[in-house]
Amino acid sequence: MHAIEKLLAKKAGQTSVQTGEIINCEIDMAGINDLYLQTIRSFFEMGATRVFNPHKVIMFMDHYAPASTITQAQNQKQFREFCWDQGIDLLMDIDQGVCHQVLADKGLAYPGEIVVITDSHTTTHGAFGAFGTGVGATDLAIILATGKLWFRVPEIIKINFEGIPQKGVYAKDMILHAIGVLGADYAVYKAIEFGGSTLQHLCVSERMAMCNMSTEMGAKASYIQPDAITMAFLNEKVTRPYEIYQTDANFRYADEITFDISHLTPQLSAPSSVDNVDDINKYIGIAIAQAYLGSCTGGRAEDIGIAAAILDGKKVSSRTRFVIVPASKGVLLEAMEKGYVKTLMEAGATFVTPGCAACLGTHEGMLASGETCITTTNRNFPGRMGHVSAQIFLGSPAAVAASALMGKIVDPRDYLK
Amino acid sequence: MKPILTGKAFLFGNNIDTDQIYPGRFVELTDAKDIAKYAMHGVDPEFITKVHDGDIIVAGTNFGCGSSREHAAITLKEVGIGAIIAESFARIFYRNAINLGLPLFICPHISTLIQHNDRVSIDVFTGAISSASGLLSKAEPLSEYVVHILESGGIKSLVKKQLEARSS
Ligand code: SF4
Repeated sequence: MHAIEKLLAKKAGQTSVQTGEIINCEIDMAGINDLYLQTIRSFFEMGATRVFNPHKVIMFMDHYAPASTITQAQNQKQFREFCWDQGIDLLMDIDQGVCHQVLADKGLAYPGEIVVITDSHTTTHGAFGAFGTGVGATDLAIILATGKLWFRVPEIIKINFEGIPQKGVYAKDMILHAIGVLGADYAVYKAIEFGGSTLQHLCVSERMAMCNMSTEMGAKASYIQPDAITMAFLNEKVTRPYEIYQTDANFRYADEITFDISHLTPQLSAPSSVDNVDDINKYIGIAIAQAYLGSCTGGRAEDIGIAAAILDGKKVSSRTRFVIVPASKGVLLEAMEKGYVKTLMEAGATFVTPGCAACLGTHEGMLASGETCITTTNRNFPGRMGHVSAQIFLGSPAAVAASALMGKIVDPRDYLK
Repeated sequence: MKPILTGKAFLFGNNIDTDQIYPGRFVELTDAKDIAKYAMHGVDPEFITKVHDGDIIVAGTNFGCGSSREHAAITLKEVGIGAIIAESFARIFYRNAINLGLPLFICPHISTLIQHNDRVSIDVFTGAISSASGLLSKAEPLSEYVVHILESGGIKSLVKKQLEARSS
């Protein structure tokens, strides 16, 4: 069996599982975002009164942090009251940041866990050897009421990255390249394990970006076998006991693909589909109205550090706005301590409260008609970050920062010391 | 649930994502009646003036990709969409729609067999899809579990019964 299958079997109270089998699993952590008041409505509509276990429920005020309309404020108010009534202590209010980063920061993402959140990028937690998957409001309400959810045991695909990345090439470039080759629906209903020698050159932040983007191939979950790099991170954050599962040597993947990334160049996903990926050279010179660094994909301290190195002592182009949204409070504090915030503010960047901000096109950095944006986020669908005619390019933090500096798309390798 | 669903077809392409079905800036709305005002707003803001009860959406691959927002399924159900036939669906959208009792059918090449405004029928149990010109294709049969949810009018009433059984 695969490590993921062993994990699912354990949580379903079985000794084994088969691909395609429908199983009912106990959920270790159920997360709700402030977008989905339906979750609470459905919970009561189903006749439930108390959540299954208030310590296994976490509430995130991240997408609207802080509220920018009265409706959002009303929704958040109802969520807070629900948490207080139900004894849910893990109320991550508007000071905390994006759900996935908050879980990682607080040591709530760990190997062997099943974490289900009302957010499609819950695949991020595969970076820690957890089974993370996104669901809608009604599914989450079922967990709140019963502590369990049904899953179809997925086929598992292995994607290997081999080789040492060139300077200026990041996990974001690798995963964009893979999505470009394989397509936005390549892994629908399936789980993806990432493997290969390149992982030894990727820190936890980069691995999170990779697992996060597996959602953009349609994956249900992702997985990286915990290793020394994972353990160094977990040892600092996680205090609870956990179990690491291993894949049997004779396990057969539904598909196995290897990318040699030693010659990979910086990549961009061009409007308006995430699998529209090319070498950045194809787009050099396109004027940028807004450069955006943030989100659960590309808003960590490491990403902000890359931008600070590129903009140190320099100025953002006068025709470009550079919006930076730290993924969490922890990220912002680290970026402040390391001096990144000062460097970037002096260069002309605009800092926004930790949270989702304009990543989903609701507030704090919306795009006007016809504007072009380069961003570290994960989706460039029409209208994702504002007006439907705005053009969104997805790239690495270095590509975004270098383009902010020059006011147009440039090859970030020319701007890294 | 009626065994044969019939309606006018609305044809869409590949990778119709949830931002096109229901743009992010309207996600703060929580009542189904309000959510219904913005169905397919990202592709065609006039869609809600053209759609009638029982109409059928026909699409290419990966329909409903992107965000987990249940609004995308709620809005289509609320404007009266009777079924969606696509070449494939994104996973979360699939779960959301079935949970709400909105039937989805997976059928390869369907977007090349049906024209905009065609009258289309689908047999829920056999998956047979037909139009005025006769049988067009056959969708993958729905799993027993999915049929059970649809026949209960959505998963909420199922869970409700389970919870009542537990407490009685
Ligand atoms: S940062 Fe963007 S992708 Fe991540 S959870 Fe928030 S809205 Fe979704």
